[in-house]
Amino acid sequence: MNEWMNTDREPDPLPSSLPGPTAPSLGEPQAEVEETLKRIQSHKGVIGTMVVNAEGIPIRTTLDNSTTVQYAGLLHHLTMKAKSTVRDIDPQNDLTFLRIRSKKHEIMVAPDKEYLLIVIQNPCE
Amino acid sequence: MLPASAKAPHKQSRKQSISIGRGTRKRDEDSGTEVGEGTDEWAQSKATVRPPDQLELTDAELKEEFTRILTANNPHAPQNIVRYSFKEGTYKLIGFVNQLAVHYTQVGNLIPKDSDEGRRQHYRDELVAGSQESAKVISETENLEEDEEPKELETESGSQTDVPAAGAAEKVTEEELMTPKQPKERKLTNQFNFSERASQTFNNPLRDRECQMEPPPRTNFSATANQTDDIIKVSQAAKIVERMVNQNTYDDVAQDFKYYEDAADEYRDQVGTLLPLWKFQNDKAKRLSVTALCWNPKYRDLFAVGHGSYDFMKQSRGMLLLYSMKNPSFPEYMFSSDSGIMCLDIHVDHPYLVAVGHYDGNVAIYNLKKPHSQPSFRSSAKSGKHSDPVWQVKWQKDDMDQNLNFFSVSSDGRIVSWTLVKSELVHVDVIKLKVEGSTTEVPEGLQLHTVGCGTAFDFHKEIDYMFLVGTEEGKIYKCSKSYSSQFLDTYDAHNMAVDAVSWNPYHTKVFMSCSSDWTVKIWDHTIKTPMFIYDLNSAVGDVAWAPYSSTVFAAVTTDGKAHVFDLAINKYEAICNQPVAAKKKNKITHVQFNPIHPIIIVGDDRGHIICLKLSPNLRKMPKEKKGQEVQKGPAVEIAKLDKLLNLVREVKIKT
Repeated sequence: MNEWMNTDREPDPLPSSLPGPTAPSLGEPQAEVEETLKRIQSHKGVIGTMVVNAEGIPIRTTLDNSTTVQYAGLLHHLTMKAKSTVRDIDPQNDLTFLRIRSKKHEIMVAPDKEYLLIVIQNPCE
Repeated sequence: MLPASAKAPHKQSRKQSISIGRGTRKRDEDSGTEVGEGTDEWAQSKATVRPPDQLELTDAELKEEFTRILTANNPHAPQNIVRYSFKEGTYKLIGFVNQLAVHYTQVGNLIPKDSDEGRRQHYRDELVAGSQESAKVISETENLEEDEEPKELETESGSQTDVPAAGAAEKVTEEELMTPKQPKERKLTNQFNFSERASQTFNNPLRDRECQMEPPPRTNFSATANQTDDIIKVSQAAKIVERMVNQNTYDDVAQDFKYYEDAADEYRDQVGTLLPLWKFQNDKAKRLSVTALCWNPKYRDLFAVGHGSYDFMKQSRGMLLLYSMKNPSFPEYMFSSDSGIMCLDIHVDHPYLVAVGHYDGNVAIYNLKKPHSQPSFRSSAKSGKHSDPVWQVKWQKDDMDQNLNFFSVSSDGRIVSWTLVKSELVHVDVIKLKVEGSTTEVPEGLQLHTVGCGTAFDFHKEIDYMFLVGTEEGKIYKCSKSYSSQFLDTYDAHNMAVDAVSWNPYHTKVFMSCSSDWTVKIWDHTIKTPMFIYDLNSAVGDVAWAPYSSTVFAAVTTDGKAHVFDLAINKYEAICNQPVAAKKKNKITHVQFNPIHPIIIVGDDRGHIICLKLSPNLRKMPKEKKGQEVQKGPAVEIAKLDKLLNLVREVKIKT
C-alpha cells in the first residue's frame, strides 16, 4: 500500500508558471502587447486596466463589470471632449494622453485610433 | 319500483289517493289516543274537494282510454348516444344503449372454491385445524394425568407440561409425517412458573473509519481570451501608459533627475556627490555581469547594456538590453544570445544598428528596427571570427562604397575591420599585435612572435587613421590603419592588463588609460610618460571622459566605488569618491556619461545598472570673470587642459 505523507512545503510550481521564451523574443506582436498590459496591471499601485473601443464599449478589463461600464462611459466622453478641444485650438495637433489626478488615485487615458486604454493607479503608496 | 310513465294527471287517481289516505289515517287513528270523535266527522264527509288549478276536461276526454306499457327501459338512460368512429371519420349513432341502472353495490369476499386462492385458504384452514387437534390431544392427555396425580400439579406443573408436551411433540411429529409442511408447534408456557432465557451476542459499536488522500498540488491558471486579434492596435497606447505608470511610481526620481541640484555643494568646495536615480535590472539578466554600456547618439534617453560573464570558468549566455529612462521597469528591446556579450557600439548615423562582440569571438550586428532575437548579421568560424573573446568593437565611417564598417579587437592579437558588403560580413585583418622584443629565432630562420592580446582600443576623433590599442601585457600601442605590422608608438603603460583607453573629447593630444593594477593614467601622446597618475586602491574597471568638460572624468573600481575627477579643481585627488553599488559586494564594471544630461550610468557584475546624477560641483564650468563673456566651446576646454598640462610638462622638463 502506498503511504501518504504530508509534506510541509508548498507544492513545486508547475512548469507552466515558470517563465519560458517570451513573446518579444519570439517576435509576436500580439503576445507582446499582452505582456505589456500584464506588466502594467502588476505594476506597483495599479488598481485596474481596461481597453475600451471607439464606441465606449469595454473590450477587456481587470475590474468588475459595473465599475468598468461606468469608467468606460464617462471617460470615453471626456476623452472625446479633450480631443476635440486640442484639435479646435490647433487642427494639426492631437491628444496624446490624458491624466486625471484626484485625491485618491490617478486615471490615465491613452487614446488610440480605435481604442482607448485606461489605467487607474494609486501613485503614492 | 317502477315509476309511472304516464305524464297527464288523473282526476280519478287523485280522488282515489285522497280517499285511500283517509282510509289509512282512520286505521291509525284507531290505535292513536288523541283523536277522538272528531275523526268520525272527517270520515263521514266524503265530499270531494276540488283544487282550484285542476284541468277542466270534457266527458269525452274523461272517458278516453290511455294505454300504458310497462317496459324494462331505464328512463334515465340516454336514447341517442353518438360515438365518433375513427374508421369512417364521422359520428355514428349507437343503436344499443345500456339500460342497466345500478341502485346499490357492495364488494363482497366470496371466492370460488376451486380457484387458486380458494385452495390455498382451504389448505391453511386444514393446517390450523390440525394443530388444534393436536392441542386437543394434548389437553386430553393432561386431563388423564391430572386425574392420576393431582398433587403434583402445583409443584411439577412445569415438568408435567413438559412431559405431556414431549408426548404431544411425538404426536405432533407423527402428524407431521402424515401431513407434510405442518407448522412448528407453538411452545406451551406454564403460566405459573416460566422464565424465558435468551442471549444475544455483544454488538460492537459501529465506527466510521475514513482516510483521505492529500490533495494534489494546485496552481491557478488564468488567462484572458480575446475576441479579436485587434489588441495589437493598442500596442502604442500600452507603451505610453506603461511609461506613465512608471513615471507615477518613480515620480520623485523623475523630479530629481530634472530639477534637483544639491544645494550643499555651495558649501562644499571641491567636493561633489552622485545622487542615485533609477535602477535598471531585469530578471533574465540577473546573474550576468554588465559588460558594456553605450548611450544612443540620437535618442538621449535610450542606452544599450551588454550582459555576459567575465569569468573564464562560468561562461553562459549573453543578453543585449536597451533601456529607456522613461521606463525603468522593463527594457525597450531585449535580445539574447548563446555566448556572452563583451562589448557593443551604436552607430552614430544609424542609431538602430548595434555592433556586438561575443565571448566566443563572434561579432554580430543587431538591427533594432527588426526586433527579433536573432542578429541581422553574424560572423562565423568561416568568415574569420576571432579565436578569443572580442573585447571591443567600434563603428567607423562608411567606406568608399558606402558600406558599413566597424573594427574589433580581441585577445587573439588581431584587430579586424568588418565591412557589411551586400548583407555579409567581410573581414580584413588590420593589424596583428606582436609583443615587441619577443621575436625569437627559430632554426629554420623564421621569426616567431608572441602574439599580443588586445583588450581595448579607441580611435582618434580627428585623425582618422590613428588609434590606440591597450594590451594584456600593459602596453599601449599607437597604431595606424594603414600600417599593419608596425606601431607608430608604444607606451609602457601599466603592470597589468589595460582595461580601457579613451581619447579626450576636446584635446586632441590627450588620452587616458586604466588598468587592473589600480591606476588611472593620463597621457599626452607625444610624451612617453604619463602626465597624471591616480592610484585608486582597487582594480579600475572603466574610465570615461565627461562630454561637457575636458578636465572631468570618472573611474569605477571593483570595490563598488565611483570616482569623479576634475583636474581643473583638484589635480591630485578625486572630487567625488562614492560607493554606488546596489549591494556592497557588487563590483562596478563600466561607466558612461550621458551626452546631454548630467547623469552617468554604472553597471555592476550582478546585472544591475544604476543611474546617478552629478551634483553641481562635478559639472563646474569656468567662472565668469567680471566684465568678460563666458567663453564656451571646445577651444576653451582645450586651453584649460593645456594650461594644466603645461604645468606638468614644465615640472617634467625641469626634472
